[in-house]
Amino acid sequence: MEKNFNLFINGVGGQGILTLLQIIAEAALMERYDVKTSELHGLSQRGGSVEVHLRFGKTIYSPLVSQGGADLIISLEAQESLRGCHFASKETIFLVNDFFIPIPNRKIKDKKEILKEIKKFSQKIIFIPASEICQKGVGAKITAGIFLLSYASVNNLIPLKPHAISKAIKKVIPKKYLDLNLKTFKLAK
Amino acid sequence: MREILLNRPGKKIILLGNEAIIRGALESGVNFVSTYPGTPASEIGNVFSKIAKAAGVYFEFSTNEKVALEAGAGASFSGLKSLVAMKHFGLNVASDALMPLCYIGVEGEMVILVADDPSCWSSAQSEENTRAFAYLAHIPILEPSNPQECKDFTKLAFKLSKKFKIPIMIRVTTRVSHQKCPVKLDKLPKIKRKLGKFIKNPEKFSTMPPRVLEMKRELLEKIEKIKEFSEKSEINLIEQLATSNKRQEGGIVTSGISYQYIMEAQKELNLKLPVLKLAFFHPLPEKKIKKFIKNLKKVLIIEELEGYLEKEIKAFAKDINPKLQVFGKNLLSEIGELHPEDVTFALARFVGRKYASGDIFRYRSKYKISTPDSVFQKRPPQLCPGCPYWLVLSAVNKVVDPKKVIFGGGIGCYMIFRLPPIEMQDYLSCMGSSIGIAHGIKKASGQKLITFIGDSSFFHAGIPALINAVVNKSNPLIIILDNRTTAMTGHQPHPGVGKTGMGEKTRAIKIEDIVQACGVKYFKVIDPINQKEFIKTIKDFLKKKEVSVIVSKRPCLFVKNK
Repeated sequence: MEKNFNLFINGVGGQGILTLLQIIAEAALMERYDVKTSELHGLSQRGGSVEVHLRFGKTIYSPLVSQGGADLIISLEAQESLRGCHFASKETIFLVNDFFIPIPNRKIKDKKEILKEIKKFSQKIIFIPASEICQKGVGAKITAGIFLLSYASVNNLIPLKPHAISKAIKKVIPKKYLDLNLKTFKLAK
Repeated sequence: MREILLNRPGKKIILLGNEAIIRGALESGVNFVSTYPGTPASEIGNVFSKIAKAAGVYFEFSTNEKVALEAGAGASFSGLKSLVAMKHFGLNVASDALMPLCYIGVEGEMVILVADDPSCWSSAQSEENTRAFAYLAHIPILEPSNPQECKDFTKLAFKLSKKFKIPIMIRVTTRVSHQKCPVKLDKLPKIKRKLGKFIKNPEKFSTMPPRVLEMKRELLEKIEKIKEFSEKSEINLIEQLATSNKRQEGGIVTSGISYQYIMEAQKELNLKLPVLKLAFFHPLPEKKIKKFIKNLKKVLIIEELEGYLEKEIKAFAKDINPKLQVFGKNLLSEIGELHPEDVTFALARFVGRKYASGDIFRYRSKYKISTPDSVFQKRPPQLCPGCPYWLVLSAVNKVVDPKKVIFGGGIGCYMIFRLPPIEMQDYLSCMGSSIGIAHGIKKASGQKLITFIGDSSFFHAGIPALINAVVNKSNPLIIILDNRTTAMTGHQPHPGVGKTGMGEKTRAIKIEDIVQACGVKYFKVIDPINQKEFIKTIKDFLKKKEVSVIVSKRPCLFVKNK
């Protein structure tokens, strides 16, 4: 891989984004890349917006993705994908969970509005009902992030092999929940 | 988590900046660790509370940061190696203890970790630049830029502390604390919980005048010696990126996370300007800096928040290169953290190039608030569904018209009272101040006032304020939100819980006992699920001419073993 890979992930506190980030970082290390992440703790949880960055490649300095510099944006909640826009360029792929968590006292943005807004930045948008797929497939929508990551890997949206991802899942996820996550991993095609 | 105790030298594992600091302390053979939890420093306590026993380390969550620092000082006076951790405004609280400690110096090594939070990602009260404490306390400050350096600098800090008998500060920022990258492990020494020994020596440990001024002299002499070390040390690094011998007209001075951004920016703009990366903020390697800037036409200083480095370098330039053009805060904001594109932009301007990132071009003036543009407003944090605070709010709302009552706020989950749909917070300042300010408002205006304070905040800094309100005869209604944990920061125990930082059972200090001992006549402990009683008590207490306190006791949803 010549160029560094820049990934931005966001969603809402409680969706398991930090765990997802750890899995990707471990997978990148297994593939012998230099890797850096940046995450936020504390006040950003409690149902607030959560945004994390991950970059891997030959040599990584900044843990943050630059404005317009993301190769892939994974959003675990549909409206939050809009917060990824300033990291997007025409080449950026948006992989968005077709799943909405309403915000108190604010009108929900529907899919049409979201698509219209994202298209100002990039045409490469993939909307997938990941939470729904996980709910049906494994009985828990909390693994939507694992599904989206697996989907990205299987479909070459991220230069990390599915094998490395599943190995990283085994390393990071506690035994109790491992089966659930590995099953989710297999749902992705 | 246990990977942090892995004894496999040479192996690379992924660590968070804060975890790397822990690992560095463990590799240095740390014996005694104390902290008060605060993001972005909270993992230090969270991890030690899990591994302390296995690692042979004593660990405690102290009542506040000042006490944490004093505990560490006592351990150090007794010859043990100590690590004390806190967030930036924790250091404000601890500063009273810090100043004399730097005078006294240490016996056993001591490292103080302070985590700043540019952009206030998890800080309600202020955005601070802890570098300023170098001027006030004369404490040496090291600034790592990634997790590997977090570990390496921590180890160096322990060594320096041993050599120069002085506490050393590691200053990190959110993007270092909460940055992950592979970190190379070194050997983990076998540590056994050991006892130190305090050897009487008042000449050394007591600041009583006239000795105190001699101590100041000794401190300044130590700093001179550390400065010599700083001059020679390779961790203040000059990176010559250009391969040709052609002299560059421009150079860059930076430190901490800003280094990572400027290296990225050079790559992006295909530039190879020499970079002086400073690991020491204090004492600065003056000679090294002067040598670096001597033959430059212009220099670009990349630093977050206030331009302390820039000021220093401007002063050095006056001596050695008065014509030097200094760029820095004329291109970068003093408010909020830096983003990589801000730095690329500054570098482009510095070399006279145009730069636009993506579709958005942003100019950062000195006082522009540096937050990324977004087409979608950030989702505000909320009280969890089922949070016991909802019950408290419901009761208060039934008794008073929120528009006609002043509500005091404090640091914790109840900060969220400021936001819609609750909007019941008329002031918010710092730990404990909800009572202190309530007293002042009551005394000054006599207006109706209800103030909230969390359980951990109450122990931390609320007690002196409560005593003050009682003795000086004001009458706020204080509602202590006792949810049996330090919830906002990650559910660490506090003195009311009956559990130490190492998970041992201990005496639980009852808030109501303290309230009573402070001389409060009207107080009640109520589970807010008993709405009727809660409502009646609020009504009743609001009429009192003396201080009244309701201890609202109901555990946070996430407290285990209720």
